[in-house]
Amino acid sequence: MPATMNPTTSRIQVRPATEKEGRKDYISIRDFNFYYGAKKALESISLDVPERRVVAFIGPSGCGKSTLLRNLNRMNDLVDGIRHEGDITINGRSIYDPGLEVISLRRRVGMVFQKSNPFPKSIYENVVYALRVMGVRDRAILDEACETSLRKAALWDEVKDRLQDSALGLSGGQMQRLCIARAIANRPEILLMDEPCSALDPIATGKIEELIHELKEQFTIVIVTHSMQQAARVSDRTAFFYLGKLIEYDTTEKIFMNPSQAQTEAYISGRFG
Amino acid sequence: MANSPSDSATPKGEPWVWFTSLGLIVGLTMVVGLLGLVMVNGFAVFWAPEVPTVKLVDGTTHIGQLAQRRIRPGSPASDPRYERQYQVGLREVNGGSYVWVDEKKISQESIEPAVLGLERMENGPAFVVPVALVDSQGIRIPAGEGKFFPALEAEVRHAGEIREQLNDINRGQIGEVNAEMESLRIAQRRAEDRREPTQAIVERLAKLDARFAELKAAGDKVAAGISATRLEVRDASGRALTLPVASLVRAWEPNRMTFGQRVGLFFGRLREFLLDEPREANTEGGLMPAIFGTLVMTVFMSLLVTPFGVIAAIYLREYAKDGPVLRAVRICVNNLAGVPSIVFGVFGLGFFVYVLGGSLDRIFFADQLKYNNNTPVLGTGGLLWCSLTLALMTLPVVIVATEEALSAVPRGMREASLAAGASKWQTIRDILLPASAPGILTGVILAMARGAGEVAPLMLVGVVKLAPTLPVDGLAPFLHLDRKFMHLGFHIFDLGFQSPDSDAARPMVFATTLLLIVLVVCLNLGAITIRNRLRARFKGASF
Ligand SMILES: Nc1ncnc2c1ncn2[C@@H]1O[C@H](COP(=O)(O)OP(=O)(O)OP(=O)(O)O)[C@@H](O)[C@H]1O
Ligand SMILES: [Mg+2]
Repeated sequence: MPATMNPTTSRIQVRPATEKEGRKDYISIRDFNFYYGAKKALESISLDVPERRVVAFIGPSGCGKSTLLRNLNRMNDLVDGIRHEGDITINGRSIYDPGLEVISLRRRVGMVFQKSNPFPKSIYENVVYALRVMGVRDRAILDEACETSLRKAALWDEVKDRLQDSALGLSGGQMQRLCIARAIANRPEILLMDEPCSALDPIATGKIEELIHELKEQFTIVIVTHSMQQAARVSDRTAFFYLGKLIEYDTTEKIFMNPSQAQTEAYISGRFG
Repeated sequence: MANSPSDSATPKGEPWVWFTSLGLIVGLTMVVGLLGLVMVNGFAVFWAPEVPTVKLVDGTTHIGQLAQRRIRPGSPASDPRYERQYQVGLREVNGGSYVWVDEKKISQESIEPAVLGLERMENGPAFVVPVALVDSQGIRIPAGEGKFFPALEAEVRHAGEIREQLNDINRGQIGEVNAEMESLRIAQRRAEDRREPTQAIVERLAKLDARFAELKAAGDKVAAGISATRLEVRDASGRALTLPVASLVRAWEPNRMTFGQRVGLFFGRLREFLLDEPREANTEGGLMPAIFGTLVMTVFMSLLVTPFGVIAAIYLREYAKDGPVLRAVRICVNNLAGVPSIVFGVFGLGFFVYVLGGSLDRIFFADQLKYNNNTPVLGTGGLLWCSLTLALMTLPVVIVATEEALSAVPRGMREASLAAGASKWQTIRDILLPASAPGILTGVILAMARGAGEVAPLMLVGVVKLAPTLPVDGLAPFLHLDRKFMHLGFHIFDLGFQSPDSDAARPMVFATTLLLIVLVVCLNLGAITIRNRLRARFKGASF
């Protein structure tokens, strides 16, 4: 549990790594270059995300954190004129394998966006959307998934009496937790979170961080965050990016206590960014 | 002092506020003026004013309702001379329903309480001085007696009831029998041609013949009840005339009525206008078939144009790859919206009616063509082709609106759906279409507004001056897409420019215009209500 949630505190608490060992290179990124048209957004990135661990991406704005994250579930395919070099594998299989359908990839890799984006449907329908598009019809399964996901996202108590109301009537923070519930409803193997707490108050943030700890038992999580405290609290490993390059990637403890790169040190201590 | 600080502090944009608001005022004035003119003239048709008796210096007398007053053409502007137009009615006697009277030549104008206004089945209205009501036994009720007008009203009502019964038998029941006989005869000819047994058909035909005779007899019996009572009257010049009450539609006493009675008459006429069928080359009676035709056509057109437009827009916006071809298609679609409507009419006639209808006839109605003197079924103008032509004409409106609505859906929503593992089609169906429904409906509203008021193309592909049947009735298959129909827009054109008596048609032109405007507004209001409901559901999407 985080000892403090005050973002202005200078004390950074690092969590000890969990005992359970999984595959070390569950997500493996190799010599990855990425271009938006002529603009090179990522430059020869190589990093491994271990199974059932939390990896945090940190770095100044515009350094390519979201771009890399969105490549893990091929969300960038929607953008015109993109190009990549190198490869990304999940559990040993390339995500660019022509035999792998993007849809099945995205079912295994859930995503929570920075800006909450609920559908103009009821709260219930929002949560079970991923199951519905998979063709699940059974009411009992849907109800069950809805309740578990909402509970995990720490939203159940607030909305259990109005599941059929429009999701657009929720507050900004509630909407974000709803989006998290939606992303985990179909139990993906990997959860990508792009600054999931930027619109939340400290209490909701705390709940979501707790949720991340719980989800780690089953899921592999990659989280982009601008909050050093958050990265330190929730992640096992941290990657620091700068101008499209991976500057340093190591255990969170190492990054925050004893970084090997001067740039990392400078960023963490708030001397630039 | 010209360059005082206060001068230079005057906001530079100020004159433009006036200029732009002036534009708005001009626009508003024109719209309000148009609506006002149409409303005043349109409602005046149903109002019964007092009817003066006008004596002229040359000794002639007119009894009539003031229709309009204007400056005599050619009279000097400094000393304008006015003339008045009276609707005097009695077309068969006066040679026309309207007379112009020079105001200077009027020697006396009086309101005679005895004057009677009559609406008739033929020859337009009449304004007369009643003398007596004479029934078939020769019993007279003189006009001076108190029971004269109630008796006349009762007779007129009775005549109306009989007309209704006859109409029901002749048009309704006999019509049904005729329709079935028609198709049986075709079947019979076909069976004979193929040397198949015709026994059953002949038997059925005989039964129908018997039914026909039965109905005919019933009709004759009703017709026997037609009152032989006559109304003796004098016209303005004192000539005695006799009018059979069976030919009267309505009688009123314009100079004795209370205000309440006038209001009652107003609504009675309005009701007739909305619910009855036209009489006298459409210049009198109601417009029910035209209202109905316009409604059915517009709704059917919307049902056709919405799916086509939405599907096309989905392809253009979501699936088609951006490039010169797509841009060219977009430009073409937008240009299609600017093509004059008559061009669509010509296309509808050439392609839908002749090519498409003709081929369908040859494929599905070959028997009808062969055994019914080559009478086309779909190969002639009709509701289906009208709706299709207008659907084609309004397609760009729906496509453009749908494309815009689709692109206005926040990107996050699209991404969330795809990230949840939905396919592109699932995203379109479950997320994009519901979210863009209000925008799509806006397009449909615009399409309906344009389609409902369109006349030119319809004249080529199936609108007629007088349709014997409605496009929807109790005969299977209930919705008759092949039938010709009446339309308010065409009705206005027909009344205003094709009518033998343009003076008599003028008030109806205004009334019909008013009705068309009201109808379009109602259709739009309905669609706007639906759209606002949808909008309310998505409110808060951008917090
Ligand atoms: N759709 C796009 N088309 C072109 N360039 C893009 C696009 N999205 C991002 N970029 C560029 O790629 C670079 C990396 O962007 P990215 O969104 O990954 O940054 P980030 O690290 O997530 O920043 P932030 O912390 O502000 O979210 C930026 O320079 C950005 O301008
Ligand atoms: Mg980002």
